[in-house]
Amino acid sequence: MDITLHVWRQKNAKSQGKMEVIEGKNISEDSSFLEMLDTVNETLQESGVEPIAFDHDCREGICGMCSLVINGEPHGPEYGTTTCQLHMRSFKNGQHIFIEPWRAKAFPILRDLIVDRGAFDRIQQAGGFVSVNVGSPQDANCIPVPKQDADKAFDAAVCIGCGACVAACKNASPMLFVAAKVSQLSLLPQGKPEREKRVLAMVDQMKAEGFGNCTNQYECEAACPKEISVEHIARMNREYFRAAALEESPKEGHGGE
Amino acid sequence: MKLCHRLFQSSVGAKMLMAITGLMLTGFVLVHMSGNLILYAGPEKFNAYAHGIKSLGALLWLMRGGLLATFVLHVYLAIKLTIENKAARPVPYAYEATIQATAASRFMIHTGLMMLVFVIYHLAHYTFKIVSPEISALAPGDAYAMVVTGFSSPAVSGFYILAMAALSAHLRHGVSSLFQSLGLYHGNLNPITEKLGPIVASIVFFGFSSIPLAVLMGAIK
Ligand code: HEM
Ligand code: SF4
Ligand code: FES
Repeated sequence: MDITLHVWRQKNAKSQGKMEVIEGKNISEDSSFLEMLDTVNETLQESGVEPIAFDHDCREGICGMCSLVINGEPHGPEYGTTTCQLHMRSFKNGQHIFIEPWRAKAFPILRDLIVDRGAFDRIQQAGGFVSVNVGSPQDANCIPVPKQDADKAFDAAVCIGCGACVAACKNASPMLFVAAKVSQLSLLPQGKPEREKRVLAMVDQMKAEGFGNCTNQYECEAACPKEISVEHIARMNREYFRAAALEESPKEGHGGE
Repeated sequence: MKLCHRLFQSSVGAKMLMAITGLMLTGFVLVHMSGNLILYAGPEKFNAYAHGIKSLGALLWLMRGGLLATFVLHVYLAIKLTIENKAARPVPYAYEATIQATAASRFMIHTGLMMLVFVIYHLAHYTFKIVSPEISALAPGDAYAMVVTGFSSPAVSGFYILAMAALSAHLRHGVSSLFQSLGLYHGNLNPITEKLGPIVASIVFFGFSSIPLAVLMGAIK
């Protein structure tokens, strides 16, 4: 198949970028979206043009590196699919395909389609962890976890930190990502000691990074390749109110429930 | 007061205040609409109702003050959050797409600002009576005549109906959305909260708009 790409080209973080038209000829319908870009890049290289820079790593939908907005939709038109798992058969011969980077002030563009997602790392570092004392390991089964909680925590834990929720959100809000992390840890007994501190710190960091605020439009849920539910955002909201209220009476605030 | 700071300054806290003030304003809107519908019971009943409100005295001023504070807070936070949200994406997408967000949810600030303009006009029109000379000329206690006089102008009625369409769109998203902001998203609750926005929106639109329409069509004289 032949396609026409409209790609965001930008030399580096400081330069001005623009959309450029690049033709893709003889693309196999069975190739993945990233393989299509590889093919196009080879052609570009042969004609002495700088290839399109894009992020990728595992190419099997688990690392969260691939990050392309395809015709306005993060990770493209297929539901619950990362860009690397998207195939060219989802497109038509002769179609115009717009490829843009994640657009958010907090995700500065480094080059072409590659953005710096360090903001997510800093949110995670602000509270998305559990502290464990060193020493001999405990028996894994000595901390009972109710099945229901384990399931819910797992639903949240499948977040791969790709940032599609931010890219899809009309306000560039990372609520789904932050909520998935808060939810996952606050549901499990291991996360309880830092339960209040965590949610307050992560929500604060989210703001400090310059992300927007949630308006409950659920574009994130629709774009998320891991189908994380906005139910976790509601849980984070509840966690936040609880922690903010407990903060007023510090004695109760420590040690969780 | 750390809590106060958290409510106003954090993204999650500000949304909670939006939800609470939005809920209170929605409550006011529904009570106001129910009161207006007494118009259909005739001039005596409606004027007695209007007189009843006026004679609340200090309580009325307390309620007005509370309502004004709620409204100001809602508008202040709405504008603050919207500015932050716009700033969070300085460069727009060349190919702008919406996967599933409703139109109502995307135009909240626009329908909201239309409400702000409307509320100012509405107060000038019927409360301060400075818009139309015919209304300022009426006897002070005759609220019924005031409504009929006001709405016999198709332009005025048209503007009111348009404003109610904006309010209705605002509530369509807002009333469903406020539950999520308060953390009330749950499998058993969602089928109800999802429908509540559109239901309240329809009730408010038809309830309010029926009055100028009835006046225009001569059903209320
Ligand atoms: C009668 C007047 C009004 C009522 C009944 C009302 C009601 C509501 C409700 C119920 C919400 C949902 C809160 C939430 O999502 O948590 C809301 C949100 C909002 N309102 Fe209003 N509102 C009114 C006036 C205004 C005005 C005058 C403005 C504009 C300046 C405004 C702007 C907004 C914005 C921007 C949102 C947030 C939208 C979102 O998060 O999706 N509202 N309103
Ligand atoms: S919540 Fe979904 S879209 Fe957001 S970072 Fe995690 S996996 Fe990606
Ligand atoms: S490249 Fe790893 S998820 Fe796509």
